[in-house]
Amino acid sequence: MHFNLFVLPFTAGMIILSLLLTYRYIKWLIDLESGDLKRIGSKILSIKTLKALREIFMESLIHRKVFRNNILLGYMHMSLAFGWFLLIVFGKLETLFYTGRQANEIYYPVFFRFFEQNPHQTGMLIIFNAVMDFLLLMVLSGIVVAILRRFRPGIAGMKKTTKHSLGDRMALAALWLIFPLRLLAESATAGYSGNGSFITQPFGNFMHLFLPLQQLSIVFWWMYSLSLGAFMISIPFSRYMHIPTEILLIFLRNWDLKTNENFTGFSEIEVQSCSRCGICIDTCQMSSQGKNNTAQMVYFLRDYRYKQLQPDLTDNCLLCGRCTAACPVGIDLTQQRILQRKKNAFKLPQGFHYLPVNQPSGEADVIYFAGCMSHLTPGITLSMEKIFKAAKVNYLFMDRDGSVCCGRPLKLSGQHEAAKKLVEHNRQQIILSGAKTIVTSCPICYKSFREDYHMNIRVLHHSEYLNELIQKKKIAPLPSGKSVVFHDPCELGRGSGIYEQPREVLNHFAELRPIYQEKENALCCGGSLGNLSIVPEERCAIQKATAKYLETAHAEVIATSCPLCKKSLAQYSDTPVKDIAELVAASLTVVAENPKILKHHKVQEMVEIV
Amino acid sequence: MKDWGYSILKGRQIDIENNDFSISRFVAQHEPSFKWCIGCGSCTATCSAARLTGFNPRKINLLIHRGETTNLAEEISKCMLCGKCQLVCPRGINTRNVIQNIKRALNNCHAL
Repeated sequence: MHFNLFVLPFTAGMIILSLLLTYRYIKWLIDLESGDLKRIGSKILSIKTLKALREIFMESLIHRKVFRNNILLGYMHMSLAFGWFLLIVFGKLETLFYTGRQANEIYYPVFFRFFEQNPHQTGMLIIFNAVMDFLLLMVLSGIVVAILRRFRPGIAGMKKTTKHSLGDRMALAALWLIFPLRLLAESATAGYSGNGSFITQPFGNFMHLFLPLQQLSIVFWWMYSLSLGAFMISIPFSRYMHIPTEILLIFLRNWDLKTNENFTGFSEIEVQSCSRCGICIDTCQMSSQGKNNTAQMVYFLRDYRYKQLQPDLTDNCLLCGRCTAACPVGIDLTQQRILQRKKNAFKLPQGFHYLPVNQPSGEADVIYFAGCMSHLTPGITLSMEKIFKAAKVNYLFMDRDGSVCCGRPLKLSGQHEAAKKLVEHNRQQIILSGAKTIVTSCPICYKSFREDYHMNIRVLHHSEYLNELIQKKKIAPLPSGKSVVFHDPCELGRGSGIYEQPREVLNHFAELRPIYQEKENALCCGGSLGNLSIVPEERCAIQKATAKYLETAHAEVIATSCPLCKKSLAQYSDTPVKDIAELVAASLTVVAENPKILKHHKVQEMVEIV
Repeated sequence: MKDWGYSILKGRQIDIENNDFSISRFVAQHEPSFKWCIGCGSCTATCSAARLTGFNPRKINLLIHRGETTNLAEEISKCMLCGKCQLVCPRGINTRNVIQNIKRALNNCHAL
């Protein structure tokens, strides 16, 4: 039996941590959506579990996504996480090898060098000791980077980092102290007993020259144990809860669990998996262009976790999804924000009694829904009509006389119940037309149709549809030789994963210029309907910055595929901003046999005026 | 008092003393651009809901300023929040947040 009083803080910390974690894990699993447990049961013995293990290794230990952000930042995270992990594993193996017993006291591997002061090391033990010293060095190098980063922000990427609360700072201090104290304690013991390796031994010998190590070493061991205990007790209450939670999150995500319409145990796991690394702060345009440094996801999730969330902060987000794309933990941040808004939803009378009764409006193969915003950019709807006619499609313009909103704006503001009425109305109307395909010009409607409408027909955004028409040779745009740069609308790109189709369309007739921040890193135009409470000046600042950024591609035309993006960018851009449909319509060959050729000319003129 | 032969139509009378200005104050406090309105009616002209029913954002704005808030809850919930009004507003008013805050103010009243 190995024992010394100083092991108590560590052991107490370990026991309290284990109890709290068990309690929380069980609570989260109970709060999962009904059916989720069944899903886990069916997936647990599949290849997905192995995939999860691989992801845990790559993300939780190596921190691949953080490496992508910045190499030094990645190294800092990796050396701490992977280094510490290996320290634990090798420490355990060392005791296993040394004692030959599987079960030892839980603190025995941690304080191994205190309990086993035998200086006559042989064979494997020398190697083990050297490995342990090397790993300690690796962790310490990470801590040096971490400390330098606090005092010289920006040396490891990230212009802005999280402003941590007092509790987090205390936990951070405990974490930083653990490894220097371990070095001191092991070196001190090595100094007088000679059981160290290539770092601890020379350092110990050096200290032994002027310090009474025999008496002093126990103080270092006490401090080491205290810092370990303090850190472990702080884990459940600080941001370091992400360490045990993220592992669970990766497993559950690989077993196909996700946050849907309701806040479940899984959503809570997502919240607690946030490490508050602050990578979302730099990506947030409200921070980089506006002056808002309080509404970012890191603070939003923190305030929610500690039950201090204010409705104003919840509302103030563009829902552009840039943070979700950048989040190294892979939390569905956009959905988290929407669900909190849903909790604040108003209890007011339902007001959509005025919606007209659904009536058959003629049959068609393709039904075209322009969307509310497209009615403010008539160039888009006129172009789409021209294209439909040129491709001789039997189409129906569902909202020619004005739209009933698709419901997504209400949903983005958390009013899911009210949105359902609009969804149901439009859904019935679409189904009544008997069309096999619905084409929409608005990415907001598109996402709504795809996710909320549950219709048994194909839902296409017009950029997908145009690509299809070109590929099937229904229309043939004439190469114009113009250079274009494409702006990805948030709801179409990050929201729905449509990146390639609009680019393919443009490549057919124009010279597409790449730009650094595109696809999942694309900027938001600032016009987003997701943010209700952003002050007008900040919105304008974002719109202007994005327009100016797109101009740096020096293209003749800025192309986009969203009426709202077009409106937002056009007011600040010196380069003309065109929707992809307008560009296609303008480059269409006028088919000679088309009897409505005159009408086409009129449309062409109108498109040019618009 | 001298009878001039004129009288005030009851329906046109604005009863400043008894009207409820709490919603007007609440909205102006939470969305200051509420006060920028010049009553041009662009919002109403473009409104998706106004095409289908007698919903009128300009009128709602006027009535709130006057403190005439009966039936407001029913009226305001006709809004689909599509945001067209915000794009056409020549004063750059955050119209959607105005609507949101009117709802919030009403919701707070009901809660009390």
